[in-house]
Amino acid sequence: MADVPSDAPQHCPGTSSEQAGKTSSCQGCPNQNLCASGATKAPDPAIEEIAVKMLSVKHKILVLSGKGGVGKSTFSAHLAHALAGDSNKEVALLDVDICGPSIPRIMGVEGEQVHQSGSGWSPVYVEDNLAVMSIGFLLSSPDDAVIWRGPKKNGMIKQFLRDVDWGDLDYLVVDTPPGTSDEHLSIVQYLSSAHIDGAVIITTPQEVSLQDVRKEIRFCRKVKLPIIGVVENMSGFVCPKCKNTSEIFPSTTGGAERMCEEMNLTLLGRIPLDPRIGKSCDEGKSFLAEFPESPAALAYRSVVHVPTHTDTHTETHAYTH
Amino acid sequence: MVGILDVDLCGPSIPRMLGVGRQEVHQCDSGWVPVYTDAQKSLALMSIGFLLEDPDEAVVWRGPKKTALIGQFVSDVAWGELDVLLVDTPPGTSDEHLAVLENLKKQHKVDGAILVTTPQAVSTGDVRREITFCKKTGLSILGIVENMSGFVCPHCSECSNIFSKGGGEELAKLTGSIYLGAVPLDPLLCTSIEEGKDFIQTFPDSATFSAINIIAQTLLTCLQNS
Repeated sequence: MADVPSDAPQHCPGTSSEQAGKTSSCQGCPNQNLCASGATKAPDPAIEEIAVKMLSVKHKILVLSGKGGVGKSTFSAHLAHALAGDSNKEVALLDVDICGPSIPRIMGVEGEQVHQSGSGWSPVYVEDNLAVMSIGFLLSSPDDAVIWRGPKKNGMIKQFLRDVDWGDLDYLVVDTPPGTSDEHLSIVQYLSSAHIDGAVIITTPQEVSLQDVRKEIRFCRKVKLPIIGVVENMSGFVCPKCKNTSEIFPSTTGGAERMCEEMNLTLLGRIPLDPRIGKSCDEGKSFLAEFPESPAALAYRSVVHVPTHTDTHTETHAYTH
Repeated sequence: MVGILDVDLCGPSIPRMLGVGRQEVHQCDSGWVPVYTDAQKSLALMSIGFLLEDPDEAVVWRGPKKTALIGQFVSDVAWGELDVLLVDTPPGTSDEHLAVLENLKKQHKVDGAILVTTPQAVSTGDVRREITFCKKTGLSILGIVENMSGFVCPHCSECSNIFSKGGGEELAKLTGSIYLGAVPLDPLLCTSIEEGKDFIQTFPDSATFSAINIIAQTLLTCLQNS
């Protein structure tokens, strides 16, 4: 049953809530008896189906941030590119930003379609060993808006995990929208019987960003999602003309470094601003392939080196280059 | 008299930006009293940020709970007489956007929406979908603002288009919307916001203030004419 069925009253607590069937809002709802009986709180069978599907996926990494606009999708895409740089590895990138699916454009596969077969939906391949899935491929026009409330978004995420024919994967990278809401709860819930290696959290240096990122970290701890580490994006800009560095997004409270010290987390690295990153994303090209010697590309490779060489079963671990 | 309603429940940034980060809200006979940023009570604010005991506390809510609180924010806050109510939203076209619009429309006339983009195609690509949301929900589009529009190096004055160039204006043309203007990247604005200072008071001669002012004046003219 949907978390909030279509015939539910306005303040339905949700069918899987502890209060299901018991609140004053539930009076008169056609589902009240069913909810009150506890039947709707039984675990979703999809969780086990997804766990079976995920047996062929060795590592699952979520890319999160409390804040919008910090570069999650850019990072997710380049993490996927970097991991797929080893042609012996099979990599996939799942975009669960249902309202703002940027990944198809950033990966250069905007306008592609997904196909159904007996074994499920086939993802879109960027390279032989790099697959992508996004709601973007299911929309017929770049103007189409996905105006969905939480339960419908959750259903889509379930389908992405259960019904996409990923094949055997070394890495599944999941790009998320900003926040700590339906998409985040759902991805953690549906993967609860499949082991998630952990989350990489993206921030910019400012306190306004860190303030939201601390909430994301609390979310991870609340749902027992290990945190691989934090990336400080948009960390400084070197003027191409005079080569002086400017802190465009200044860190007034010590940036990600101090936050990581305070919260006992690993700072995976800092990535500077570079106009060529945005341009590459707009053109659907890998910035790492286009400008491999740039300071930002070196920073990316230094950061990406970490998730593949650590024991990701625990949150506190040291990494070595 | 201006009110700001912050419906970004997972990432409420406005309290800090206006220097009222650690305030609490109180009840009066007509509902919740908003937090005023000044003694003259010219700028009032309501945000979930004021309801959290611990500022690092995560609001881990699914759609229905977010919808319920937003309904309360719209109907139960004692704003008093306002000239303008601004609503800040999170990214997306989901629960928060539907909830605030549906609740506002019950009792108020909603003048319209300002859409903010950065210049890159990756950003305008999402804003196109936001424009569709506005059209489908009958929300007028007051105009498009291009933020983070270029950076002038303080050392040599070279302008770098860090997040590309021109996307806001192109988007406005493509969708038949008004282009309100561009706001440059400015570390001084970022620092002011971080520290909850009034940027306009502190840097009245800056190009950034001038850009924001032009946009505000254009908007006010639109609102007066409609």
